[in-house]
Amino acid sequence: MNRFLRLSIFGIMAIFLSCVFSAGEVFAASKLVKIDGSSTVFPITEAVAEEFQKQYSGIKVMVGISGTGGGFKRFGRGETDISDASRPIKPKEVDLAKENNIKYIELPVAYDGLSVIVNPKNTWVDYLTVKELKKLWEPSSQGVITKWSQIREGFPDKEIRLFGPGTDSGTFDYFTEVICGKSAASRGDYTASEDDNVLVEGIASDTQALGYFGLAYYEQNKDKLKIVPIDDENDANGIGPITPSLKSVMDDTYQPLARPIFIYVSTKAAEKDEVKKFVEFYLKNAKDLVTEVGYIPLSDESYKAALERFQKRITGSVFGRKGATVGVKMEELLRMER
Amino acid sequence: MNNPALSKINSSFVRKSGVNRRLDSGFRILGIASTAFGLVVLLVLIIDIFLDGADRIKWDFFVSFPSRKPELAGILSAWVGTVWIMVLTALIALPLGIGAGIYLEEYARKNYLTNFIEINIANLAGVPSVIYGLLGLGLFVRYFNLDRSVLAGGLTLALLILPVIILSTREALRAIPSSIREASYALGATKWQTVQHQLFPAALGNIMTGVILAMSRAAGETAPLITIGALTYIAFLPQSPVAFSGGFPFIHFSLQGLFDPFTVLPIQIFNWVSRPQKGFFADAAAGIIVLLGLTLIMNAIAILLRHHYQKKVRW
Repeated sequence: MNRFLRLSIFGIMAIFLSCVFSAGEVFAASKLVKIDGSSTVFPITEAVAEEFQKQYSGIKVMVGISGTGGGFKRFGRGETDISDASRPIKPKEVDLAKENNIKYIELPVAYDGLSVIVNPKNTWVDYLTVKELKKLWEPSSQGVITKWSQIREGFPDKEIRLFGPGTDSGTFDYFTEVICGKSAASRGDYTASEDDNVLVEGIASDTQALGYFGLAYYEQNKDKLKIVPIDDENDANGIGPITPSLKSVMDDTYQPLARPIFIYVSTKAAEKDEVKKFVEFYLKNAKDLVTEVGYIPLSDESYKAALERFQKRITGSVFGRKGATVGVKMEELLRMER
Repeated sequence: MNNPALSKINSSFVRKSGVNRRLDSGFRILGIASTAFGLVVLLVLIIDIFLDGADRIKWDFFVSFPSRKPELAGILSAWVGTVWIMVLTALIALPLGIGAGIYLEEYARKNYLTNFIEINIANLAGVPSVIYGLLGLGLFVRYFNLDRSVLAGGLTLALLILPVIILSTREALRAIPSSIREASYALGATKWQTVQHQLFPAALGNIMTGVILAMSRAAGETAPLITIGALTYIAFLPQSPVAFSGGFPFIHFSLQGLFDPFTVLPIQIFNWVSRPQKGFFADAAAGIIVLLGLTLIMNAIAILLRHHYQKKVRW
């Protein structure tokens, strides 16, 4: 009996193994679009992927969250087809892509407004200027600027507690670039978290707090946060302090804290039918989906121009090798796209 | 009986025993309080989670893919991924871990080298899981070029629980009285026969308990899988290993699924918790309930197995 059992187990295993090696054609090769990158762009790409997979059931789409920098590292090695980015590609990342012979098409997909937030019980802050933000966040302020009264006369003599995203975040890169003048130049003595909900909860429970993060997180937590209008003291961008909103971001008056966000498509991947279909679907349906997940859409012409850019396979970044650029206007982007 | 010395001793004894009795009841209260504290915190957490997530536990939640709309989102790809990873982790870690445990306990000579290996295995069992994630990223994802696949995830988690399985196998073997070994040898059995017919069956209950506890730890692990890059929106399943179609022999097997990308329950929960929308908190809470249920079931199986095998072993 025992011997019979053993023999039959052996037989089953033999059949199993032979089937493994004989059954190639039954399993259709699956088409997979690989995307990774920014957690800021993730909700948009996820929404597009969800709708896309409903329409094209044979194509699988995976969307990772490695941060803009982490995404570009994988993209530059050729591990992904598309990279989500909340800032333009940096020189180092350009070099990595060049080394591995990867060319890319840069496509803006939406705007994101960075919001500066305080506690609702904070009665003294009615607006802040870019200079005041710089004074507060620049590296030399570490351990020096610790009280509200040091920022502007008339603010109370109370300790200020700061909240912001961690150093892997594209939001951190962008904010430090436009406020402190250099990417990643920031004081280090603040509560840092890659999880924006931690920042929301932190500021909501501390009357002396100030922090910054993406507008979408403010929109979902309006009842327990207070948004601060920002004055860049440049009247060409609208006079006085400006509150971020759909309108002020789209008409370029909420500067410099509004930024375009991107997807980067590898040209090699764009030759694959499934990637081409996905990108075209993305740009054709972005407007509604972007609004739905809490971001600010580009104008119709911009999406059309981006689609044209993709179809003509215009490679490279319009930002040259500069990385994040202060106050990029969509009209300028468009002009460069033509 | 009215001896003054005796009554003095007597009164000091009474006084002391009174102190001791009070200490005793004091410690009892302290013990009850600390037990209650742990239980109450756990209870509050569980009730809180159930209040948040119980509404979402419906059939649809188990058969839907994740979605940007919280009320439509489900855990299909997450629980299927967890099952894939668990099965694979078990297939890899069990033979290796139990084999190594038997070798170290029964075969290996006691010398500096085995001592050194033993200490290292004990240390490995205490290494933070994120370190295993980094190892998995460097070794499986990059060097062996497995990418972010089911196979890479399963291998990484197998490494994570391997030391625990080795240790529990050795503990289980050590608990067997040496008279059993000696009796077996006395009857002329070889070492392998002793292991096969006496030691392994006797130790199986305890080994399985250790294995299942290790597996339920692996089921809840997030850090190593996020490190190898599995923090991903995935709305599809790995290729099924069996298909019933096509020509002869009508049932086909494929291991292609091993190389497909995946997501697991803890990662899906992590993803939902970091969203701005309130609705995803309910989804996360519901996911936590499912994960909690899964680990509870696994632990219950461990207890049942131990019970079953303890009854069975009779010399």
